[in-house]
Parts: sequence; structure tokens; C-alpha cells
Amino acid sequence: MTEAPDVLVLLSHPALQKSRANARLLAAAQGVDGVTVRDLYECYPDFHVDATAEQELLARHAAVVFQHPFYWYSCPALLKQWLDLVLDYGWAYGPGGTALHGKLALVAVTTGGDAAAYRSDGHNRFTMTELLRPLEQTTHLCGMRWLPPFVVHGALRRPAAELDALATDYAALLTALRDGRLDPARFAGAPSIDAPGWRALWRTADSTSEVHRAR
Amino acid sequence: MHGEAFFRTAVVYLAAAVLSVPIAKRTGLGSVLGYLLAGALIGPFALDLLPHGETTDVLHFAEFGVVMMLFLIGLELRPRLLWSLRVPIVGLGGLQVVGTTALLGAAALAIGASLREALAIGMVLAMSSTAIVLQSLAEKGLSRSPAGRSAFAVLLFQDLAVIPILALLPLLATHGGATGSAAHDGADGGPGTLAVLATVAAVVVGGRFLSRPVFRFIAEARLREVFTAAALLLVVGIALAMTAVGLSPALGAFLAGVVLADNDYRHELEADIEPFKGLLLGLFFISVGAGIDFGLIGAAPGRLLAIVAVLVVLKLGALLALGAAFRMPLAQSVLFSFALAQGGEFAFVLFSFAQQHGVLGPEQTGPLIAAVAVSMALTPLLMSTEEHLLRPRLARRSRQADDAADLRRPQDEDAPVLLAGFGRFGLVVGRLLRAQGIRTTVLELDPAQIRMLEEFGFQAFYGDASRVELLAAAGAARARLLIVAVDDEEKSLQIVEQAQRHFPHLHILARARGRPHAYALLRRGVRDVFRETLGSSLDLGAAALRALGARAYEAHRAAALFERHDEQSVRELAEHTSGDRKHYVSAARQRSEALEALLLRDRETFARSDDGAWDPPGSRPDGRDA
Repeated sequence: MTEAPDVLVLLSHPALQKSRANARLLAAAQGVDGVTVRDLYECYPDFHVDATAEQELLARHAAVVFQHPFYWYSCPALLKQWLDLVLDYGWAYGPGGTALHGKLALVAVTTGGDAAAYRSDGHNRFTMTELLRPLEQTTHLCGMRWLPPFVVHGALRRPAAELDALATDYAALLTALRDGRLDPARFAGAPSIDAPGWRALWRTADSTSEVHRAR
Repeated sequence: MHGEAFFRTAVVYLAAAVLSVPIAKRTGLGSVLGYLLAGALIGPFALDLLPHGETTDVLHFAEFGVVMMLFLIGLELRPRLLWSLRVPIVGLGGLQVVGTTALLGAAALAIGASLREALAIGMVLAMSSTAIVLQSLAEKGLSRSPAGRSAFAVLLFQDLAVIPILALLPLLATHGGATGSAAHDGADGGPGTLAVLATVAAVVVGGRFLSRPVFRFIAEARLREVFTAAALLLVVGIALAMTAVGLSPALGAFLAGVVLADNDYRHELEADIEPFKGLLLGLFFISVGAGIDFGLIGAAPGRLLAIVAVLVVLKLGALLALGAAFRMPLAQSVLFSFALAQGGEFAFVLFSFAQQHGVLGPEQTGPLIAAVAVSMALTPLLMSTEEHLLRPRLARRSRQADDAADLRRPQDEDAPVLLAGFGRFGLVVGRLLRAQGIRTTVLELDPAQIRMLEEFGFQAFYGDASRVELLAAAGAARARLLIVAVDDEEKSLQIVEQAQRHFPHLHILARARGRPHAYALLRRGVRDVFRETLGSSLDLGAAALRALGARAYEAHRAAALFERHDEQSVRELAEHTSGDRKHYVSAARQRSEALEALLLRDRETFARSDDGAWDPPGSRPDGRDA
């Protein structure tokens, strides 16, 4: 790597050894140059988050990706602990808290339910956009620029080939993020960053192996 | 006093104390009054059980209890703390002595004494009773209250003031009595200022630099009675040296105590001297009681009562005025005044000294000595009055002020944590607590270990924590936690048993060497039992799992789950293993049986369940996977 890494992926998965989707996304992320992957459960099995080290790491990156399974409409416990300890008053927000200003924030989540469940008439009753509001507002308070989420629905039941294709997409997304090709302003109103019609903004011609995805 | 006669007298004194003190305490009168009443009872005016002409000898001997008491007080007062008391000592103490002397002198003048006599009477009666006041305050747990501290400051100044008073009294002589022959008793007749300074310097320098190696040498002999002998030798020796140069032995012992307050052997010294002090003070109070001249009182009860009343009322008035001048909260000021409103044991010495020098005649000193004794006997009653009648009314009004005063207490007081054992295990605990700024009193039995740690700035006190006196001296009554981290299992159990019996309020946390030791601790009701190798073994086990490819969090959970299971099984098996100490010591067989039971439990628990957390819903039974 010649240039400084630009994208920080914070992976939170308490049982990655049992994962299908996140394990693939992780492998894809690790294959992109200029992306730092931080496996939080591997770093802090005792939940004793080193806030100073994490803040130094954040300061060195221009974009932060929160990658994790969607548990009870929220993130795994360790990521919450991480938010509580790292996003310090006077550092991330409040007077003088400008360390994260202008950085890009992207959420990459996997859900057990399929896309139809995350609608006002589905059994989860709310859209992903709505359910992710707390995290969106967290990054907003820290002056970060929010991108629509990258969502893998139905992670438990999707065929391996589909998950592999999504991992390729994920790598392309991280590459675009690294190269500064993602402008939040252009994604206004997008339900997710990989929704039909929006993925063309970052899915370039050289990576069009698989355009149509089953819904 | 020889042989049988000696023992007969001893039996009289001891029996009087053993019978009367518990009764006095039970009825709320306090031990001091119990002793005084016992003395009056066996004295010449009631049962007359004591050999005649020897009570004053006993009194003088027993006064050594006061010396010991001041030595012990000194041990608890580090130089820094003493320095913080300088204003009350000099200001409060100085004004008390001068003011009370003036008031009582004026009263004496008013009933026809000459100016010189009045001055002598005023000075002598200005003294209060260190023994009675400090003992009563300690018994009521008030030594550390602001009033207790102030009372102590005044008493300390009085001890200092005795020296110039002894020098002044001969100058007041008018009767031209036995001045010549008695001159050698006075401070000015003794060795010069140089000798005084040299003695004080010897105490300070010896205490600072010599005491530690000497105590270490003695402690390494590991014979408790030799250390006790050394402690007694120290106090008696200093008292003698001080007397030789004309200083008050009590003051000298106090000084030695202060010098040794930072010493590693401080708690051991306290524990060793404490019982002697208690007995001698008791003897002292009995002697005071026996010495009350009821004949004189009976001859002119009205006159004597008037003297006592004037003495107590004037002293009270002066003290209350002082309390107001020094802005003490009212409740504290009242306690302080009621505590100090009596004549003191110095009066016995000073009046006879004044008589020898022809300052006062026997017709004056006789009733005055009797009045002082009565006022001393009245003190516990006065303090009870204060406690039960006045304080409840004042407490409400000045509670806030008291609380504020409490917060300003010197930092140097008792640590909330007692740590027994400062070896490999205790050291880590002590370091952690110190890193959190928690004051910890450390007790360690190995002088070499104490010395080594000292080089790194850790202070540990020498002493065997299984001795209840040592626990008491180290502040067990006021500590919150007792951490037992010694490596000797028998010793650990002894400490736990002593602490549970004598300081049931202490929360005990104990290091266990292994399972049998853990069982023994658990059976004694200690809840916080930590097997010394469990944490590291589990850490290593988790590291092994990681080395084999497990995720860090998976390994962490496996270890945590195992720990929970293991702690639970220790607690359950503790109930099933025999409670008998003999068993626990010799039970190799039982140990292996327990291990078998343990392994069986492991198999049962872990065969059924693996860590099923975060399995996707419905994913386990059908085993579908990618």
C-alpha cells in the first residue's frame, strides 16, 4: 500500500465462525487496497474498548463503514459499547468535538428477514431507513456525512452464489468509497445504496458481472 | 509488699475491677466511673481492704498508664497530623491554661488567699485529667470528633505547661518551708537545657533511623514475647530518660510515639502496649478512687461541695467561652467543655510539690486535693449528662456544622481497607487499590519482604494479622474491608475466624490456595473467595483455544462459562465436604474423590451444551449450512 488507507471497516460479529453473509463480506473487504478492517470482537473479547486507540484509528481514515448483522433492529452489543466509549464529548461532539467532521459514514448490515419484511406492511413494520435512524442521527451529531445503507436481506436463506455476488458488490462499493466517488448529496432519497437505480452511481462498467438480482 | 501480701493486694485490685467495671459499663456509667467507685469501695473509708500507706505508691506506679496512653496516642498521630493541630494546641491549650488560672486564682483571692497562693492554686487547678478525659472519650467513640481533637490539644498543652509550672512554683514560696531540700525536684534543679535537647534529639534520631533495624532484628527472632519486652523497654526507658532530664515522662513517650508513627512496626507496638496501658490506667483510676479522703469530706461537706462546684463551674465557663471564641459548633463546644471540666492527676503531684516548697499549707492542699478527686469522679457523670440531656437537643441544631467539620478531618486517618499478606498475591491487590487512590493498611509477617518493598515506596506494617490485638491496632474497628492474602492456609483461616468474631462488620475477601482451602473459607461464611490460580489457568486455557483457531470472543466466553460453572461447583461441593478441620488438613483421599466428583460434573454440564448463542433462528436442528 503506497497511499494512506482511507476506509475503515468496523466489523462487529460475536460469532463470525457461524456467519455466512458477514464472513463473505469480510473477505471481500479484506481484498480491497486502502481498506482497513477492524474486527472488534477479535480486538475486545472482554468489551474493554481502548477508546484512545480507536480514536487515533478513526482520525487516520476519511470514511467509516459499520459492518454487522442486524440484531433486534440494532447493532451487536460490542458496537454499542464502542460508540459509547469512543464517541467522546469534546472529541466527537460538543465543544471542540470536531474530529469526525466531514467523514463519510456507511452502514453495511445483514438481516435474517427478507426485504418484504422491512416495509410498513411487512412484519417488521418499518423500513431499514427508519430502523437505522438512531445510528444515522449518531453520525449526524458527530458531523459525519451519512450514506444510505448497504443491506443484505435474507442472509440465512440466500444461496451461496447470491451471497458471493453481493460480496463482489460490497468490494466495488468500498472501492468507490475509497476513491471518493460517493457523494451523499447524490443519494438523497435512496432507500439503500444498492437499490435498483442507485447502484449505477458506484457500480462501474468493469464490475458488471451480475446486474439483476432476485428480489 | 512481699509474697503472699502482694498477691492478696493484687487480688483485691483485680476483683474490684472485674466486678465493678462490667456493672458500671452495663448501667451506662462508663468504665472510668466503675474503676473510681471500685477504688472508693476497697479504700480506707469503706471496706478498707488495702494495706495502709501504700495506696499513694500504687497511684504513682499506675500513673505509668498515662505515659503508655500518650505513647499510644503519639503512635496514631503522624508528625503531619500533629502539625495540623498546632493552632488548637497552642491557641486553645494556651488560652485554657491562662484563662482558667486567672478565673480560679480570682476565686481563691476572693475567699482570702494571698496573690501568690491564688496564682499557685489557679495554675494547679487549671490542669485537667488526661487519663479520665481521653479514656472516656475513647470509650464513647468520640476521640476523633472535633471536640475530642480539641480536648486532646488542650490536654497536650497542659502536659507541656507542667514543666514551667514546676519551675514557677518554688518562686511563689512565702511560707519559707523546706525550699532548700526540695530544690532538686524542680526543673531548674535538674540537668541543664543542653541535656534536655540532647535527650529529645536522641529520641527523634533514634526513632527515625535506629528503630527500624533494631525492631527488624528482634522481629526476625519470631518470638512474640521478646517483641513485647522490647516495646515495654522502649516506653519505660524513654520515661526514665525524660524524668532524668526533668521532662514529663508522658510528654517524652508521646514524642517517641509521634516519631514512631510512620514506622513499619507501629501496629505491633500498639498491640503490645495496649493491654498494659489498659490495666495500669484501671489501677490508676482505682487508686484515685481509694485516695478520695472521705474523712475530710465528711468533716466539712458543705465547704468541699462548694469548692468542687466553683472548680467545675468556673472551668466549664472558661471552656465554653473558648469554644465560642474558636467558633466551635455549639454541640461540639459543650462536649469539649463538659469533658475537660475537672481537676487532673497533675494536681496531686503539684499540690504536694507546692506544699513541700512552702507555697501552700496543708490546710489548703488537703481540701483542694479531695475536691480534685471528687471532680474527677464527677466527670463521667457530667459527660453522661451532656450525652443524654444536652446533646440530643443540640444535635439537631448543629448537625450540618458537624458534618462540615467532619469533612475537614485530616486525610491521615484510618484506611478503609486492611490487607493481610503482602507477598506475590497481596502485592497485586495492594497495587491495584493504590492505583485507585484507596488507602490500605498492609500487614505482613516477613521483615525481609517489608524491607524489600520499602525500597519501592510501599509501606507494610510488621505483624501477625491472626492476633486480634494487631487487627485492632491496625484499625479493624473502623475499616470496611479485610483482604486476607496470606499464603499460609491455617493462618488465613485463623485471621478469618478472629475477624468474624471480633469485627463482624468487616467485609472479608480471601485468597484461597486451592479447592480445600476454598471449601474451608466458604464453610466459614466467607463469600468472596478467590482461588489464586483460577484466573491465570483460565486465561491460559482461553489463549490455547485461540491458538487452535477459535475466535477471541468465543474463547473468552468459553472461559467465562467454565469459570461460572466451576465457581458454582466449588460452592456446592463445599457444603458436601466435611466441615472438620482435621479432615481438610489430611485428606489426600478426600481430595481425589472431590476431584472425581468435579470432573464428573464437568462432563455432565458440557456434554449437553455448547455455546449456542447467536445461532440463527431455526438453524441448529436442520443443520443447513453453507
